[in-house]
Amino acid sequence: MAAKKFTIDDVKHIAQLANLVLSDEQLQKIAEQLSSVIGYMSKIQALDTKGVVETSQVTGLENVFREDVVDEKRMLSQESALSNAKNTHSGYFVVDAVLEE
Amino acid sequence: MLLDKTISELAAGLRKKEFSSVDIVTECYDAIEKHGKELNAFITVIDNTTALTYAQKKDNERTENTSPLHGIPFVLKDAYITQRIRTTSASNVLKNYIPQYNATVYQKLLDAGAILIGKMNMDAWGHGGSTENTDFGPAKNPWDTTRVAGGSSGGPAIAIAARMSAFAIGEDTGGSIRNPAAWCNITGLKVTYGRVSRYGTIAYASSFDTVGPMARTAEDCALLLELVAGQDPYDATSSPHKVPKYTQKLTGNIEGIKVGIPKEFFGQGLDSEIKKSIDIAAKKFESMGAKLIELSMPMFDYGLPVYYLIGPSETSSNLARYDGIRYGQGRNQFTPETMRRIMIGTYALSAGYYDAYYKKAQQARTLFIKEYEKALSSCDVLLMPVNPTPPTKIGELMSDPLANLLADVYTTSQNPVGVPSLALPCGFTTTNLPIGMQLVGKMFSEDLLLNIGYAYQQETDWHKRKPGILESP
Repeated sequence: MAAKKFTIDDVKHIAQLANLVLSDEQLQKIAEQLSSVIGYMSKIQALDTKGVVETSQVTGLENVFREDVVDEKRMLSQESALSNAKNTHSGYFVVDAVLEE
Repeated sequence: MLLDKTISELAAGLRKKEFSSVDIVTECYDAIEKHGKELNAFITVIDNTTALTYAQKKDNERTENTSPLHGIPFVLKDAYITQRIRTTSASNVLKNYIPQYNATVYQKLLDAGAILIGKMNMDAWGHGGSTENTDFGPAKNPWDTTRVAGGSSGGPAIAIAARMSAFAIGEDTGGSIRNPAAWCNITGLKVTYGRVSRYGTIAYASSFDTVGPMARTAEDCALLLELVAGQDPYDATSSPHKVPKYTQKLTGNIEGIKVGIPKEFFGQGLDSEIKKSIDIAAKKFESMGAKLIELSMPMFDYGLPVYYLIGPSETSSNLARYDGIRYGQGRNQFTPETMRRIMIGTYALSAGYYDAYYKKAQQARTLFIKEYEKALSSCDVLLMPVNPTPPTKIGELMSDPLANLLADVYTTSQNPVGVPSLALPCGFTTTNLPIGMQLVGKMFSEDLLLNIGYAYQQETDWHKRKPGILESP
């Protein structure tokens, strides 16, 4: 795959996937920067990885289980759980509506 | 100064009542008062009345059997969750965040009786190698305040170099402990992945992140690791591997140890003074009975792409939780560097590009593991530089995102593999800037790395040198 030149539309699409809102000025700047950084990283394409399995972690551990019991030391009170929220209502977090009428 | 002493010397002095914990903590606050503002190492300084009251309490309750860390002041990179104490990750996103619980590593230190005196400046979310990508102002190198301290654990390294703390806990995802350790003339250990619990650590790249000690000596790091290492039920990736008594492994004897020198790590782009200092250190190891073995690690060139494709991919996922609803501010508060890393990762994971970038990098990661296994089958440890250059001028790296990434060239390939690495002071440039080296070992070989570091520090005094600003009135 040849090094990619990022357009404003590419960056808008990525920003949307990443849940970031960018100004026009930022979009322009990031398009250039992504072209340069991803361009450099693209040299990995030259590496022969045919038949090589992927590594996603290096612990050698799999399926680490624990007893299915409540650890009361780790439980937060409702008041404590809400203590950092900017917007609460009757003991709940307030979020933007996701459904419209 | 009391803070010139190692932790075990401080512990011995406390037991013999030659000085008190109050004396040590007072020294920290004097240094903070004198140099804190200029160096900008702290994001949050714990109120000194609180810390001194705590020190007094520790002095009163000390017995023959208390931990060597009892009454010893320390600082944390601001990536560790501390109950009721603001934790920011150096980002405006968390500028008002007050955690409800403690990170395991912090809890262990509190249980041992150590005294927290500050939460330290860093590159936000660990995204950087200079402690300039921070919403709390760049941290300054105590050896030359026009230069960066390194990063991302810059604040912790400064605090140790400038005698504001006896030790620190840093976090290393791609060099974040080793890089500032080398640039500030302190000792820092990147542990084997899983050696220390990550519970309560603000995640950058979860399969690379490691929690490790930063201190004045390898001996101090051994003492600290002994306490903080081990399996934690709250972190399923923490290792069940037995924790050795690291301090008892410090024999100072490195006779017959095989030190591998991978030629690719000493090629083009490495500053000549750094190369020379590491060559001299290698000869030192030889004179102490070690054998030097030249070898080749041809995968070297692919280290940065592997790191900068997988790291940002994981960070794009980890940072997706910051939506400003349960805690923190909105996503528009991320710095440009952090937005860039989130977007690189999002792109590498996105439909149509996943195979070419993320999957490719995960395959290359397998090849890197094999490359390190091969290299470490012909020798016991690998000797490498930490930084390609001496500390850069403030602002120099921030202007060019790619140059910023390239500064991590020697420290990024160990994290995808998981192997431990010890960074040690090994010289100075002609302009009196610190130079560090790293010793990389097999998985869970911290005991060997620390013993080599200990042996080297018995024979050299680079680690004892102090920045000039400490001498000025």
